[in-house]
Amino acid sequence: MNKPIRRVSVFCMLLVLALMIRANWVQGLDASALNANVHNKRTVIEAYSYPRGDIIVGGTSVTKDLLVNGNYYKYRRAYVNGPMYAPITGYSSQAFGSNLLENVEDPILSGNDPRLFFRNALDTLTGKQKQGGDVVTTIDPKVQQAGWDGLQGKKGAAVALDPSTGAILGLVSFPSYDPSSIAGVTSDFASNWKKLTADPDQPMLNRALRATYPPGSTFKLVTAAAALETGKVTDIDASTDSPDPYILPGTNNQKLVNEAGDTGCLNASLNAALAMSCNTVFGKLGAEIGQQRMLQEAQKFGFNNSSMTIPVGVTASNFDTTMGPAQTAQSSIGQFDTRATPLQMAMVAAAICNNGTLMKPYLVSEERSASNSVISQTSPTQLSQATTPDVAAKLQTMMVNVVKNGTGTTAQIPGVEVGGKTGTAQHGVNNDQNPYAWFVSWAKFGGKQIAVAVVVEDSDTARGDISGMHLAAPIAKSMMQAYLGK
Amino acid sequence: MTAVESRAVAWAPQGPAPVRRNTELSLLVFAALVPVLAYAETGLALDGRLPAGMLGYGLGLGSFVLLAHLCVRRFAPHADPLMLPIAALLNGLGLVFIWRLDKARELHPNYPAAQNQLLWSGLGIALFIVVMARLKDYRRLQRYTYLSGFAALLLLAAPAFFPVRAGDFGARIWIHLDGFSIQPGEFVKILLPVFFSGFLMVKRDALALASRRFLGLYLPRGRDLGPIVVVWALSLLILVFETDLGTSVLFFGIFVVMLYVATERTSWVLFGVLMAGLGFWAVAHTEGHVRGRIDEWLHPLAAAPGAGVGQIGQALFALGSGGALGTGLGQGHSWLIGFAAKSDFILGTIGEEIGVTGVIAVLLLYGLLAERGLRTALAARDPFGKLLAVGLSAAFALQVFIVVGGVTGLIPLTGMTLPFVAQGGSSVITNWALVAVLLKISDLARRPAPGEPLQPGTPP
Repeated sequence: MNKPIRRVSVFCMLLVLALMIRANWVQGLDASALNANVHNKRTVIEAYSYPRGDIIVGGTSVTKDLLVNGNYYKYRRAYVNGPMYAPITGYSSQAFGSNLLENVEDPILSGNDPRLFFRNALDTLTGKQKQGGDVVTTIDPKVQQAGWDGLQGKKGAAVALDPSTGAILGLVSFPSYDPSSIAGVTSDFASNWKKLTADPDQPMLNRALRATYPPGSTFKLVTAAAALETGKVTDIDASTDSPDPYILPGTNNQKLVNEAGDTGCLNASLNAALAMSCNTVFGKLGAEIGQQRMLQEAQKFGFNNSSMTIPVGVTASNFDTTMGPAQTAQSSIGQFDTRATPLQMAMVAAAICNNGTLMKPYLVSEERSASNSVISQTSPTQLSQATTPDVAAKLQTMMVNVVKNGTGTTAQIPGVEVGGKTGTAQHGVNNDQNPYAWFVSWAKFGGKQIAVAVVVEDSDTARGDISGMHLAAPIAKSMMQAYLGK
Repeated sequence: MTAVESRAVAWAPQGPAPVRRNTELSLLVFAALVPVLAYAETGLALDGRLPAGMLGYGLGLGSFVLLAHLCVRRFAPHADPLMLPIAALLNGLGLVFIWRLDKARELHPNYPAAQNQLLWSGLGIALFIVVMARLKDYRRLQRYTYLSGFAALLLLAAPAFFPVRAGDFGARIWIHLDGFSIQPGEFVKILLPVFFSGFLMVKRDALALASRRFLGLYLPRGRDLGPIVVVWALSLLILVFETDLGTSVLFFGIFVVMLYVATERTSWVLFGVLMAGLGFWAVAHTEGHVRGRIDEWLHPLAAAPGAGVGQIGQALFALGSGGALGTGLGQGHSWLIGFAAKSDFILGTIGEEIGVTGVIAVLLLYGLLAERGLRTALAARDPFGKLLAVGLSAAFALQVFIVVGGVTGLIPLTGMTLPFVAQGGSSVITNWALVAVLLKISDLARRPAPGEPLQPGTPP
């Protein structure tokens, strides 16, 4: 019987060998895939087993880490002034992942960035608890607060930039939500999450960066820039050859009319047309400049850029790449398929204010290690030369005129040079919903500059009163005042 | 064990082996020390201090194994010196891992089990001592051939007549009495080899007769197919009525291995594998429970909506996160496995906290224990002893393969305990008894034959 017994021994050894090979397979070859599996809670448990770094606004942190010693998780993220800063911080949740800065700056905030390697190794050796690094934002809390207060009770967004650097001073979206309310895993957090994601008002939508609106008349700034650059218009105060109403080219008597009625848009000068926001003048200019040249102009101001990050990703604004002259005319007054994020329109104002140079918007000024040594610093970079200094100067003159004598008078700040442009964009099929009220502007005072774009989607104001002038401009004004101290 | 050595033993089985009781004692010191140190490390990692029960635990485990050792010295002086230390080490490590999971407040529900398991281990060692002392000659077990067979049948059939509880996950492998439950499949692991040994002893010549040669194989006579068909049918009945894949495979596997050893006919193995394959295929196509297990095996990382991955997936996550060296005792998250983390899935905790290194060490211990048992079979001088030792060792090795293979996703999972390590009273008691019987066989096999000169240094 010994021969079969020996064979059985070999068989048993093979069984054990097979198990060993399998163990190496699972624990070696497959390990990284298993560790990265979305259902493997270990990653999240590890991430909340020590405090994350801070997101800093105006010198103080707007994030906290609560030592909760929960069943799975030791720490939970919490936010100071959560709803106001939510479009900047995003959320970091044990159950629902993360977004915005909490997501893109996670390597620093979690301390896992390779640049923190030596410090982490040192902490491990000295037995210190691991800690994440800090992210310092460019946000000015006063500007942010002004925009937040202004949007209360409305629905919309406001973005403020420093035109000379591209630093984002304010990033407001309303309605908003408190990221603290979805940071945990218990049923309260889950029901908050469910409520927020089901809310028709979309409080978790970052309207400043991730929503696009038809820019309406505010887009006339881009059309004006193209008209001046191409030489279609050389003197901003000379009459143009503009019928009222303007029959869209290539259509059977389809008319482009002016919102304000017939109050002098016929053959109006570029300056006057911008002040009165004449659709006819700019529609005709756009069609004459042509689709290709208009597209080129829009792209110089930042449209159609789907890869922009600040470092949070920004939804691309759109100017159609192929269309006929009638659509080009409509697109040139910010209708048809033209769409822009509030950040995009703030960039238009900023480029004009900064003598034609468009700086790349950025939200993070510094990344720091847990011990406050600076790991990286953002230096301002130029995104494009949107227009020439000469054209920019003319646009500035016209925008100042809008605020002084035109549709933007509600944005006047005594003693401060303010330029602006209102917009009231049609919304809905056959324009049956409340239009979007826009105001884009800039202000200069005492060496400081600020560019602001505000959009108000909807509000309880009766329809006739909705206009950039009444809804959006006062918000932009208060943000500019907050920054300039006037 | 080298090949040369084993051959020498096989061809000259009468050659006396050294007694090696002192080797056993020194190995036992390690076997007790390693778990105590692991216990200390776990306590330090979880609470930042040495566990309060360390002295009691160390002394308790130490005195248990010392008692067992003294018993071996007294009743089986020539027995194999490795089996007892390996069993003690595995049992001790199992207690540490169960205690570690007792401390996981994240595990719900979490009924402290280490205390009970220590008690069961004590009872297991007590049974070990009883077997040592009372079973003067294992050959007397031959008298109970049919009684064992009957008892095994009864125990196997019993769970089918008891109501299934919600927590049993579809498998009828428990008998629930008030307060505690018994897994009768475990005891069968000893009873069946006893029955098969006795039965095959008598029938092996008839079963070895071949009717004709086919493709180089001696095919058994048609009328000799009776026993294997009966065992096959019974194992299928277990599978269908108790939905217990593990016991079914184990039951049939032991029989095929012992049949092969008894008759030395490879054709029986082929028959067995063919029949098992056919039966399994048929049941897998009709039984929802078995099919579910196979689906889970094929797609361990498939997630039910809102519920995450199943237990095998969680066990794989635990193993994967352990990597080469593990997170360290007490520092893993294997409690994510949830239900049965301390019993069927305890390998997940081992893999996570002491890594693939620890898993391989544990597998080597199992392999070594099985091989010592099979070596005992080689050395045994009587066919009953040979068959019994093969049956017990193969049962042990098969069980390890079934449970570890299931938890690591190598084969479909079947509810089985990791011998000596996993939580479970029936299991630990049976395994101690199994080792005791093997030691008894080994004692007789290594004992100098009558009239043979004693080796120098061997006590009279």
